[in-house]
Amino acid sequence: MGGNVYIYIAVMSLVSFAVRVLPLTLIRGQIKSRFIRSFLFYVPYVTLAVMTFPAIVEATQVPLAGALALAVGVVLAWKGAGLFPVAAACCLVVFFAESLPL
Amino acid sequence: MRPMTMEKRRALGEGARDGIPIAMGYFAVAFSLGIAGRNAGLTPLQGFVISVLNHASAGEYAGITAIANLAPYWELALTIFITNARYLLMSCALSQKFAPESSLWHRIGVGFGITDEIFGVTMARPGVVEPRYTYGAMLVSIPSWAAGTALGIVAGNILPLRAVSALSVALYGMFLAIIIPPAKRDRVVGALVMLSFLCSLALGRAADAFRLDWLTGGAQVILLTLLLAGGAAWLFPVKEEGGEDCGG
Repeated sequence: MGGNVYIYIAVMSLVSFAVRVLPLTLIRGQIKSRFIRSFLFYVPYVTLAVMTFPAIVEATQVPLAGALALAVGVVLAWKGAGLFPVAAACCLVVFFAESLPL
Repeated sequence: MRPMTMEKRRALGEGARDGIPIAMGYFAVAFSLGIAGRNAGLTPLQGFVISVLNHASAGEYAGITAIANLAPYWELALTIFITNARYLLMSCALSQKFAPESSLWHRIGVGFGITDEIFGVTMARPGVVEPRYTYGAMLVSIPSWAAGTALGIVAGNILPLRAVSALSVALYGMFLAIIIPPAKRDRVVGALVMLSFLCSLALGRAADAFRLDWLTGGAQVILLTLLLAGGAAWLFPVKEEGGEDCGG
């Protein structure tokens, strides 16, 4: 089953709400299972990495521009730049790379 | 309603102040999210509502991708759960920093506001969580996120193609800013990020080559997350730390 945009929005919002609110309201002590704690610790890194690559290279009109943005983004993030500077720098790199007459 | 005390009002004001840089970053990123929403056929109002209720970059992006692909509802639910699973840990960490006597409503209110950034500024305050500080940050930053999304849906077609192409990488840039610093600090996380990049590329190519239509982008994210995060948890369990958070 799928296809109704309002049901999609309701499903998204309910799951987002539950994920954020349930631990805070239900769990008062520590999670006991070391495996689950470790799994939850690693989840965001895998998810975000899988979503970032190769999608960043495929999102731009010229793949090389996306690859340059990836390289610049990794270097800036490595040096500790925040969300906004890294995101803005990636945009600028793509804009200028795609402006070059290649 | 009782009038707010001076301290509570100050906490609200300080939260609003700290919400301003968050709001600026959110606007630009939400704009590119709106472009993705536009491609998925969402109206500006739908985008606005999604952003007010979800305010999660990766989760909304994955959700919008699922909507664009007309994914089954269960796949959308699972995708949102997995992309937002880090909020489980943040919520857990916040529960340890709450004053025991704080009400259920404040737990719900602060929990609803969890994003990478709002969680960050809330946890950075010394002492127990002050719900009104978090509400101040939410009141400034979440409307900006929602307005950016709606405007991205409206203006996605007025902007030249090159500008759209440039803005479309903003989210990926933000994801890099989230995952690279921990990858630098922790070798296991670093190796895991590299492995995730490679597996994502390989699985995407395999899905194309073998025409595995059921293996959508969202399904690939779920599959790789379960396998790789599960494998990492099995091989490299996170060290036990006595103390205030729950492993995060």
